[in-house]
Amino acid sequence: MHIHTSEYDPHSKDQVAKPPLDPHLKALENEAIHIFREVAAEFDKPVMLYSIGKDSSVLLHLARKAFFPGRVPFPLLHIDTGWKFAEMIAFRDLMAEKYDLDLVTYTNPRGKSEGVTPFSHGSALYTDIMKTEALRQALDAGGYDAAFGGARRDEEASRAKERIYSFRTPEHRWDPRNQRPELWNIYNGMIRKGESVRAFPLSNWTEVDIWRYIQAENIPLVPLYYAAERPYVERDGMMILAEDPRLELLPGETVQQGMIRFRTLGCFPLTGAIRSTATTLDEVIAELEIATVSERQGRAIDRDQSGSMEKKKREGYF
Amino acid sequence: MTAQNTKTAQTVASNVVPFAEPVKAVRDSRPLRLITCGSVDDGKSTLIGRLLWDTKAVKEDQAATLRRDSGSQNDLGLPDFALLLDGLQAEREQGITIDVAYRYFATDRRSFIVADTPGHEQYTRNMATGASTADLAILLVDARAGLLEQTRRHATIASLMGIKQFVLAVNKIDLVSYDKAIFEKISHDFKELALSLGVRQVTAIPMSALKGENVVYDGRAAMPWYEGPSLVETLELATTRSAQAGGFRLPVQRVSRPGESFRGYQGTVAGGSIKPGDSVTILPSGMVANVSRIVTFDLVRNAAVAGDAVTLVLDRQVDVSRGDMIVSMDGQPMTGLNFDAHLVALQPGGIEPAKRYWLKSGARRQRVTITPTSQLELSSGKWKPHHETLSMNAIGKVHLTFDEVAVFDPYEQNRATGAFIIIDPDTNNTVAGGMVTAKRTDLGGIHRDGQRVLMSLPADLADELMASEAFAARRDEVDLRRISAARAADLFGEIE
Ligand SMILES: Nc1nc2c(ncn2[C@@H]2O[C@H](COP(=O)(O)OP(=O)(O)OP(=O)(O)O)[C@@H](O)[C@H]2O)c(=O)[nH]1
Ligand SMILES: [Mg+2]
Repeated sequence: MHIHTSEYDPHSKDQVAKPPLDPHLKALENEAIHIFREVAAEFDKPVMLYSIGKDSSVLLHLARKAFFPGRVPFPLLHIDTGWKFAEMIAFRDLMAEKYDLDLVTYTNPRGKSEGVTPFSHGSALYTDIMKTEALRQALDAGGYDAAFGGARRDEEASRAKERIYSFRTPEHRWDPRNQRPELWNIYNGMIRKGESVRAFPLSNWTEVDIWRYIQAENIPLVPLYYAAERPYVERDGMMILAEDPRLELLPGETVQQGMIRFRTLGCFPLTGAIRSTATTLDEVIAELEIATVSERQGRAIDRDQSGSMEKKKREGYF
Repeated sequence: MTAQNTKTAQTVASNVVPFAEPVKAVRDSRPLRLITCGSVDDGKSTLIGRLLWDTKAVKEDQAATLRRDSGSQNDLGLPDFALLLDGLQAEREQGITIDVAYRYFATDRRSFIVADTPGHEQYTRNMATGASTADLAILLVDARAGLLEQTRRHATIASLMGIKQFVLAVNKIDLVSYDKAIFEKISHDFKELALSLGVRQVTAIPMSALKGENVVYDGRAAMPWYEGPSLVETLELATTRSAQAGGFRLPVQRVSRPGESFRGYQGTVAGGSIKPGDSVTILPSGMVANVSRIVTFDLVRNAAVAGDAVTLVLDRQVDVSRGDMIVSMDGQPMTGLNFDAHLVALQPGGIEPAKRYWLKSGARRQRVTITPTSQLELSSGKWKPHHETLSMNAIGKVHLTFDEVAVFDPYEQNRATGAFIIIDPDTNNTVAGGMVTAKRTDLGGIHRDGQRVLMSLPADLADELMASEAFAARRDEVDLRRISAARAADLFGEIE
């Protein structure tokens, strides 16, 4: 697979000194590393949710930085719905091997036993079962007491309200009306057995920050983030990638070809592409800076209604 | 654009990123962190919503959602900007803010992180959450109401938490016919309050958050009498908190031992700077070592400064564990079992004297008992003696007593090593936030039946007394304050 980066290896002999991060990104990086270390030190069994997207890629990079020269001291958990883009899965396995990571993948068995697909059950119910319920099952199975996630406060209005340490009940519920106060950078990691914390090192990052950091640090990404000639079908106002044989064309639909890319990555039937000619990081950033719509636009599950994210989060979505 | 009527070409050019042009906020400094605070319904969320709207931080799909959700909440035909912030179902239903929302925006001069905090007294804890990390506070006052108790509470918490720059937003000025006299009266009252809190940097701005006057665009059309800066102009010129003064501080978060040959101490530098070769002390043990390397993922570094997340390697085997602090040899923090602090009680049960709580500061968590000594009376701004439970939202002065040695700087000198949270061991909830003011000397020693004498003497007589040998020998048993004769008279009045 072709990966878009001139992979920078800080520990090779002939390294070229990388220019230092600007103070804005440096401050964000320091904060994230601080959170990683604090959680790793305070909890018995942390895990990092790894969704393979750009935020997860940044999260992984920061985790490697936080614990260097040691290994990342916790496993990565991928909730595989079975409907991810094929390139995502290939990329995931490549990263795990390259960086010597403990990768745990989990799929809700109901997917197979009950035939739950985005087409048969609709996006809301499908997401509920294959993502939210699957996550709860996987966290319970692993007995994890802390889970890192790559969520950012600028993504959505209820996320903007979430603490960096987000307390969850044994049922994984979030109670947004009763969050613990979180003062300075002193995090309260005290929980009872069965309770857990979701920790968000990227809380204060914006989408632009993520891209600028990827550029500054040469972080490898799934190629789907860059524009290329790809097959797609138009459905419900979204451009859906038409590569997977399981995608059945509906009456009137045809497979088209065009220069497209993705701003976020999820399950391919639920993720819309954008038209774009941005084939490099510079071009992606330039495009982003003049974007007039938000990144959530391309996600079917976030479009339902205001408050749908909060509802999902209360039920244990991350 | 709703602000069309009030914007002038000049302000737009200098402050606002024109629509659909690259956002290139200057990145040569970290973002300015600010909060909005003030009483319920003063317009905090509306103001931040308006700020986001006018700086083009609201994308088209978000604007469409906002219009759809707004309904017809005002007769001006404007969207309900507060909905950009009040993202929880309960908030939308009740039309109030319950918890802090963090939002991010930029002008062409700098980037900002803003925390919109709730005005409702019940949720003061969430206001404190926002205030703890802020560089600047926007205090909103409803022009029709003037300063309220909650305005005083928020201003006090903000100043105790070390915020030195205030913007007073006299909001809803449109509802008092843009009356200059009202603006001036409220500004005057507020400046007095600020001065009593020791805050000298106050910019007062008459504002209509809803109509966007003096937020990003100027409000000259409606308020020709106001010639000062708009809110955004003020924010662009504000300063971020400078790096902490004083010696090197590294609260150790984690000991990294990937193999037998490597042992590093990981943490975020909380003050000062360090370079290889420097000698350091480990507190509380007092052991000494030299720094041999500063390790980060990128390169071996030749220095680290406040804010850097690093791994230190020392030149010898010393016992260092999580919660210890690595500090420079000179300019060391205070160590001891007894400290004085300011405290804000954040939960319904309050803070009870004699109960054993957990205190967390930096990476250190230890047992503490808290003895309240006084409480702030908001209406008068005076500290009143108070030895009982500090109830929720109370601001108190307290003694902290530890079982094991604690390490602090005064909060005034170092926010990172002077701040702490209190955790209730019964609920595991965070029940207070506090700021260390000083170390307490042990006032034990020999005295009959636990009695002590409080005297008020002329200063020269006191000096003579203190010069005596008997006094010098027991100096550590004496608690001494110099105050004016008038204040002494007050105090003695209170005791009777
Ligand atoms: N006329 C007028 N109305 C305003 C102005 N600013 C806010 N409002 C209205 O005041 C009401 C309360 O505004 P919010 O922004 O929700 O107040 P808040 O301070 O955030 O309230 P809490 O967060 O619950 O404390 C809303 O109906 C606003 O439309 C203003 O400048 N002029
Ligand atoms: Mg509000």
